[in-house]
Amino acid sequence: MATESPAKTQGMGAAIKRKEDRRFLLGKGSYTDDITLPNQSYAVFVRSMYAHAKINSVDTAAARAAQGVLAVFTGTDVAADGLGGIPCGWLVKGKDGSNMVEPPHPALAQGVVRHVGDPIAMVIATSKAAARAAAGLVEIDYEPLPAVGRLEDATAPGAPLVWQEAGGNVCFDWHLGDAANTDAAFAGAAHIVKIDVTNNRVAPNAMEPRAANGHYDAANDHYTLYTTSQNPHLIRLLMAAFTLHVPEHKLRVIAPDVGGGFGSKIFHYAEELLVAWASRRVGRPVKWTSERSEAFATDAHGRDHMSHAELALDATGKFLGLRVKTLANMGAYLSTFAPAVPTYLYATLLSGPYDLPAIYAEVKAIFTHTVAVDAYRGAGRPEATYLLERLVDKAARQLGMDRVELRRKNLIRPEQFPYQTQVALQYDIGDYHATLDLALAANDRAGYERRRAESAARGKLRGFGISTYIEACGIAPSALVGALGARAGLYEAATVRVHPTGSVTVFTGTHSHGQGHETTFAQIIAEKLGVSTDAVEIVHGDTDRIPFGMGTYGSRSAAVGGSAIVKALDKIVDKGKKIAAHLLEASPGDVEFVDGQYRVVGTDRAKAFGEVAFAAYVPHNYPIDTVEPGLEESAFYDPKNFTFPGGTHLVEVEVDPETGVVEVVDVAIADDVGVIINPMIVDGQAHGGLAQGIGQALYEEVRYDAEGQLTNGTYMDYCMPRAADLPSFKVGNHVTACTHNPLGIKGVGEVGAIGVPPAVINAVLDALHPLGVTDISMPASPEKVWRAIQAAKQAAHQATQPAGKGA
Amino acid sequence: MKPFELHRPSTAQEAVGLVTARDGAKYLAGGQSLLPVLKLELAEPSDLVSLARLPELRKITAAGDAVTIGALATHDEVSRSEDVARAIPALAKLAGAIGDPQVRNRGTLGGSVAHADPAADYPAALLALGATVVTDRREIAADAFFTGLFETALGRDELVTAVRFPIPKRAAYGKFAHRASKYALVGVMVADTAGGVRVAVTGAGPKVFRVPAFEAALTARMDPSALDGLTVPAADLNSDAEASAEYRAHLISVMARRAVQALA
Amino acid sequence: MATITLTVNQQTHTIDCPPTTLLVEALREHLRLTGTHVGCDTSQCGACTVEVDGKSVKACTMLAAEAEGAQVTTIEGLAKGGELHPMQAAFREHHGLQCGFCTPGMIMSANDLCRRVPEPSEHEIRHWLEGNLCRCTGYHNIVKAVRAGATAMRGGK
Repeated sequence: MATESPAKTQGMGAAIKRKEDRRFLLGKGSYTDDITLPNQSYAVFVRSMYAHAKINSVDTAAARAAQGVLAVFTGTDVAADGLGGIPCGWLVKGKDGSNMVEPPHPALAQGVVRHVGDPIAMVIATSKAAARAAAGLVEIDYEPLPAVGRLEDATAPGAPLVWQEAGGNVCFDWHLGDAANTDAAFAGAAHIVKIDVTNNRVAPNAMEPRAANGHYDAANDHYTLYTTSQNPHLIRLLMAAFTLHVPEHKLRVIAPDVGGGFGSKIFHYAEELLVAWASRRVGRPVKWTSERSEAFATDAHGRDHMSHAELALDATGKFLGLRVKTLANMGAYLSTFAPAVPTYLYATLLSGPYDLPAIYAEVKAIFTHTVAVDAYRGAGRPEATYLLERLVDKAARQLGMDRVELRRKNLIRPEQFPYQTQVALQYDIGDYHATLDLALAANDRAGYERRRAESAARGKLRGFGISTYIEACGIAPSALVGALGARAGLYEAATVRVHPTGSVTVFTGTHSHGQGHETTFAQIIAEKLGVSTDAVEIVHGDTDRIPFGMGTYGSRSAAVGGSAIVKALDKIVDKGKKIAAHLLEASPGDVEFVDGQYRVVGTDRAKAFGEVAFAAYVPHNYPIDTVEPGLEESAFYDPKNFTFPGGTHLVEVEVDPETGVVEVVDVAIADDVGVIINPMIVDGQAHGGLAQGIGQALYEEVRYDAEGQLTNGTYMDYCMPRAADLPSFKVGNHVTACTHNPLGIKGVGEVGAIGVPPAVINAVLDALHPLGVTDISMPASPEKVWRAIQAAKQAAHQATQPAGKGA
Repeated sequence: MKPFELHRPSTAQEAVGLVTARDGAKYLAGGQSLLPVLKLELAEPSDLVSLARLPELRKITAAGDAVTIGALATHDEVSRSEDVARAIPALAKLAGAIGDPQVRNRGTLGGSVAHADPAADYPAALLALGATVVTDRREIAADAFFTGLFETALGRDELVTAVRFPIPKRAAYGKFAHRASKYALVGVMVADTAGGVRVAVTGAGPKVFRVPAFEAALTARMDPSALDGLTVPAADLNSDAEASAEYRAHLISVMARRAVQALA
Repeated sequence: MATITLTVNQQTHTIDCPPTTLLVEALREHLRLTGTHVGCDTSQCGACTVEVDGKSVKACTMLAAEAEGAQVTTIEGLAKGGELHPMQAAFREHHGLQCGFCTPGMIMSANDLCRRVPEPSEHEIRHWLEGNLCRCTGYHNIVKAVRAGATAMRGGK
């Protein structure tokens, strides 16, 4: 919408077509499972069928004897070789200062399994079919133990314990904010609005299942791991320091083309470690590729919160305070970033885009006999947004105020920035009223009644839903996250190599698995150096080629990785200035770099960038005493603050009151994601996030039964949104530039998934309001909606009966 | 998949002979139901006898008062057949809403009927239209064909060669698809046939079934409101995470009314 | 082991494989045509969609031996002389792909639609694509790309 710069064909702001597309369109992408090495062998895992069981014995004799089998490994082999457990990357301390419960996480089970899918044995054979067949021959003597599969049951007295030694299922009991201030705010409130919400457990479902291919080169004592990762250096670091115990220079981790991640491919998984280790044991490369049903049982899931929240308001509707109590499911083991999600990525966002003078949040993280829960697109921020936006809608109903106007009244005003929230963050800039107005215009709010009547004529109930949201991304200032328990820094790195004839290769620590960095980063180079994007190549995903960087998640690549590139480019431009000054026989102070040319200020004497690059590598006429030859610079960038994208998401739904089917018929959003490099790609990121957010609101839910059995772990049962389930989207942007990074970028990867779920549910509740329905949980499935309608009808019917009748 | 031998005979007789001679053998038509079952190792046939080389079983013919569809006609072919569209448009529409396009390009009428998935669409059409299943050795009325969950009246080596659908005065199919699998959570076909009004329900129970109460009401008055207040007892219906028996019972009434509406 | 002869992208190959071999396994593992992807194990995601005798099919739900005697076309067989097929070009033009994993299946499926319905509506496209899952794009730009690809294919490119 407002973001296109049609005139521009190269640098920042140009909607240029993606450089990476051609190989994907030709079927020539190189995903991990596409890579088959000479002498390749194949691994299949034997996994627990129980949520909780003692393993009395594992008999591998028949499997070992099967045709094509090279080896069968169990927890005993892993322990004997001293492989480390999978570490957690974040330490959260409880209210009382105590460390979180941090249980061991062995790569293969050590006598006990704690979720369906927990790996017990690894079968390696010369073909996948042989490995699969032999896996069926591994005999496991299980002794089933009581299990707890659901968050709501895990804190009940007498609930089965995931970790006996922890004395309960609480991983940590943490809080944020000022309880006394908040109590005082509530004491003086004219209105208090209360809500209980569940944030449903969902599976990230990148279309490419995870895969890993490990190759140990005995001659050079060197490991190579191909893996479906969003952050190969992080994987190498964790394997070097914690799991495989080999020094970094002996381990190369390559994340080639990766088919989507959405968080699920951040984490270090046991299979990565095991294929590398097993390759050494069997003397051949070992490849494992997840099946989809295996992915449902073993990839980290997202969300799974239960919360109670209360909002205090004065008589005019001004927010006074917020209290939140949340239970967050961790699963059985702590995945890499799991403890950070319901704490520093959740509670810190509970002020939303609102001026909220008092906030107190308590979060208990809970173990269950389920696979780990960790970051999924949005990670903590969708949970905060959902809770707040459901609560604000409820407040508007309770106070009889217009939902839009209640928000408008409480949004942080532009002149309040920088705005210090009561939950630790300082928002640098934004204009939430501008995105609200932009979205309302795109939605055609004025025409709503006509549309509602038209829906009604077709027997459908139309509803309008709104969500105004904020998120924190551009993760993250290292010192800050270090103080909060992160065990790694979260800076980013880049190397810019200008070649002698002026083309450029950029080596970035971020990773692209759909985001289009090969294009957008090239646009940064084009903008700064004046070269064509065609003359730029972006290298990522290979620890032997790229500098040590932290990878891609938390909408950080452009804001943090892009800033590292800019820092390196600034060094290149500065060095070029000295070279150009020499060639132009001028003082460096008199030389400026404009439109790809070094020019002596106020004259027409100039050298093209390419000429300067050539001089740097062929330094015949060169300031050799003061300037080194070559034109290659590296930089690390550690952000000063998070970035704070925000905006307004508006949804209209139609509900079929007979069947309960909800159809999303209109989506209009306006985001402020900061300065935009490529509007085509930014819109595409928003679209994808919206689909996942609508998926969570209406279609998706991972279901474990009370005993921890996964009951919908295939695409036959887990409903992924399809093309026919979604409308086209109206996407707009209003830009306020981030104040603390050189490009003014905030980040766009997660906005759709964060903003839209409450807008969908608020729209459903708006549609059902005339029938008396006041609450519904995600996903708003047809039967759930139908039942809510029936219950409301029944309640209305009972209310109209004369008192005493039927009592 | 567990190992099996694959045979690709070129006559129906040869195909039957291969299955007759091998206890563990199964026919393979389009494979859209069977291959997923084999991949999950829920069945372990010793031999698969492919029907791909039997083009004579693909023919669709409309003659007199019936449309006869060869067992190997794909859902796509049925959905696009002019003969079917002219004679029984509801059947063409039903075929065009099975699964997804790729499944319709491979999946066959005979395969679906023989597999007798309780959530498949075709069984509703067979039962509502009073179709006849033609096999290599006999003819079986639809009312006698579907005997249980994934069970039919077919002998172990009996080959479905065609299904003969009497042309109804009018018919319509209302489908409420399972949102993930696209199978019928509830599918109701209402047909006004020479032999009376027939209502068949798929997806909701362990096998496709008729609803005499609906049929009687619609015989009296072919109008959606004729079904007001009529329901199928939930106790006999499937219940799962996607839909409880109670909800399925409700959907049967809704889909039946909508099918009747579509007849007009 | 069985010996089967497959014609893929107008080239004939003879491979030895067990009868259980799926078409997608023959393509990926025997012929190294890795553009056809596997995204699920229940025939839902459509990442493995190829053309068999001009119709889109899920290569994970067809035995390789059943493709004997048929013309199989994969994503690798669409571009001619280095020039993208109009549908491939439309996906690029309209940003119809992000991670690229579902893309080959989407394109093979879209081509089947556009051969049948030369000028598909948004509604027809969205319903046709029921057999193909994408997790990145929200389908918005895929729908745009298929419409544009259909137009280009009508243009006889």
